[in-house]
Amino acid sequence: MPSLDRRRFLWGTTAVGTAALLAGCTSNESANSAPNAVAGGSGQNSQPGKQVTIGFSAPAADHGWMAAMTKNAKAQADEFSDVTFKATEGTNDVNQQIAQVETLINDKVDVLVVLPFDGKALTEVGRQAMDAGIPVINLDRVFDTPLAYRLWIGGDNYRMGVNAGEYIAAQLKAKNVSNPVIGEVAGIDSLPLTQERSQGFKDALAKAGFSVGPRVAAAFTSESGEQQTANLLQSAPRLDALWNHDDDQGIGVMAAIDSAGRKEFVMVGGAGSRNMMDLIKADSGVVKATVLYSPSMASSAIALARLLGQAKGIGDMAEHDIPASITTYSAVVTKENVDQYLDVGFDS
Amino acid sequence: MRVLDPKSAAPQEPRKHRRALDLRLTGLLGVLVVLCVVGYATRPDSFLTEANISTMLRLAAAIGVVSVGMTFVIISGGIDLSVGSIVALSGVWMTTVATQSYGPVVMVLCALLVGLGCGLVNGVLISYGKIVPFIATLAMYASAKGLAERLSGRRTQVVTETGFTTFFRGDILGIPVLIWLLAAVFAVGWVLLNRTTFGRRTFAVGGNAEAARLAGIDVRRHTALVYGLAGLCCGIAALMVVARTTSGASTNGMFYELDAIAAVVIGGTLLSGGRGSLIGTLIGVLIFTVVGNIFTQNNLDTDIQNIAKGVIIVAAVLLQRTTARRRTHAT
Repeated sequence: MPSLDRRRFLWGTTAVGTAALLAGCTSNESANSAPNAVAGGSGQNSQPGKQVTIGFSAPAADHGWMAAMTKNAKAQADEFSDVTFKATEGTNDVNQQIAQVETLINDKVDVLVVLPFDGKALTEVGRQAMDAGIPVINLDRVFDTPLAYRLWIGGDNYRMGVNAGEYIAAQLKAKNVSNPVIGEVAGIDSLPLTQERSQGFKDALAKAGFSVGPRVAAAFTSESGEQQTANLLQSAPRLDALWNHDDDQGIGVMAAIDSAGRKEFVMVGGAGSRNMMDLIKADSGVVKATVLYSPSMASSAIALARLLGQAKGIGDMAEHDIPASITTYSAVVTKENVDQYLDVGFDS
Repeated sequence: MRVLDPKSAAPQEPRKHRRALDLRLTGLLGVLVVLCVVGYATRPDSFLTEANISTMLRLAAAIGVVSVGMTFVIISGGIDLSVGSIVALSGVWMTTVATQSYGPVVMVLCALLVGLGCGLVNGVLISYGKIVPFIATLAMYASAKGLAERLSGRRTQVVTETGFTTFFRGDILGIPVLIWLLAAVFAVGWVLLNRTTFGRRTFAVGGNAEAARLAGIDVRRHTALVYGLAGLCCGIAALMVVARTTSGASTNGMFYELDAIAAVVIGGTLLSGGRGSLIGTLIGVLIFTVVGNIFTQNNLDTDIQNIAKGVIIVAAVLLQRTTARRRTHAT
């Protein structure tokens, strides 16, 4: 698993790096050789264009982050007068999601945005859409093969772990703590995203000469977060830092910390909920930061789907076409920069 | 009290069974003690501290209360698959913003009434509608969950009413309110089951419903009440979960039905009804809680924890069967 994570991570950075390089080297050339290049850097992308019907399918909005993904997608589509948005009812049943995507294909939508409940299980239907000539934007949980999507846009789970680990390591080094006890409240251990986050966290701490101490896995719900954290706090009489993978379960994590009356450590959240950002801003408790895994990526996916449907490129990039892969950045939100990020904070 | 003593309708419960039951409970208690010894041996510094015991009991509280209701249902010969959803619905109902602005008392009443209401609907469907418990409560499981999702917009509703949280998260005489609540529910349940007509009728209905009817018990009304009681327990559990997590969500109570049934079954209550004990159920709940705590205390993998849970269920039931058989052979 770790090698795969790293590979994906490297691919992501390579793609971004290459794009930057191309932008630097070829800007003149591309302007000359491609007079028809539409959007690239023209700043005209917000102007209404050809009508585009975007089909959207996502898992059930059963927690804040997922709810925000669907909400953001819809809100972004409403921004454009030239977009018709067709969303299916969110479901956690892969079989049903496949049927929904098939319906959208039969409806002949222009572009599909699919956030699969399980990327592997939805790969085949993604291919089906691509074969039918409908470009697919694969949102977040990645399909098995690029044959099934035109563009992948998603977050960087490994980097989320890395940034959480590096932030914690820096805090502890600044306080000159030796042999710190660093706890971790993970999400669902069977999901690759949780494994990637944990691996990144572990690797970043190892770089600083630290390691993960007590670790529990919750289930992304506030109830499981509370239960697991209550147990974890009991097992660790002293903690120096704690990373919680998910701000939705973070409500429960905070409740457990409150009732245990603990405040000797720094806590870092994950995903970037409005709640956590408010706590970071107030700076009155253990929460000092959260690493983003922002549902704003759903808004971006819709904006890009529209451009794909209109055969435009991205402004400020020299490419004629939309890139094949975009990885959002897991910024660390702290008291210093929280105001800048409050607009992407989602309600858990 | 009716003219006919319902006890006469009960299957010949007496001494022999009682002794077998006591033996089983002792065995179960032994398992719990062994687990505590394991916990203490692996983490002598923290396992038996007051704080850890209080954490474990608070974790056991909600599922314990649900299991008390489940014990009644199973003794009466039924099953309730909807408890988790009822916990979610009661919790979400009490935390939706409108309810919170009416203050903590309304919140608590809301949770209790919603729980009781759902339970009674289950009961009425089963007893008067003649729908088998499995199906009726399966329907409630689905619809209560759907309603909870609709009501909450599938979002976690954070409790802003501080009066509620300060009270239910606080202590009385140094013991957390949640543990008092668990103890109270358990004590009331025990008295109700073992010392009242209601309890005797529950055993009678589960043992042989037809005989119970001939003995003059209104079986239908009694069944409806038993499910109502289970629902009320879910309402109490819902407010415990809301207090612990400071939030209500449609994901609360997930898998409570399975955890509660597991606890009831390893506690020695027969799934076919007519026989069972609340003390066994309580020990069952504690066993699972202690196992979870031991795993976390020693920083072990959660997957193995689930395997261990499965092994414990099978082992406990096998153990009970062999002790029961040995008793029958001995006598």
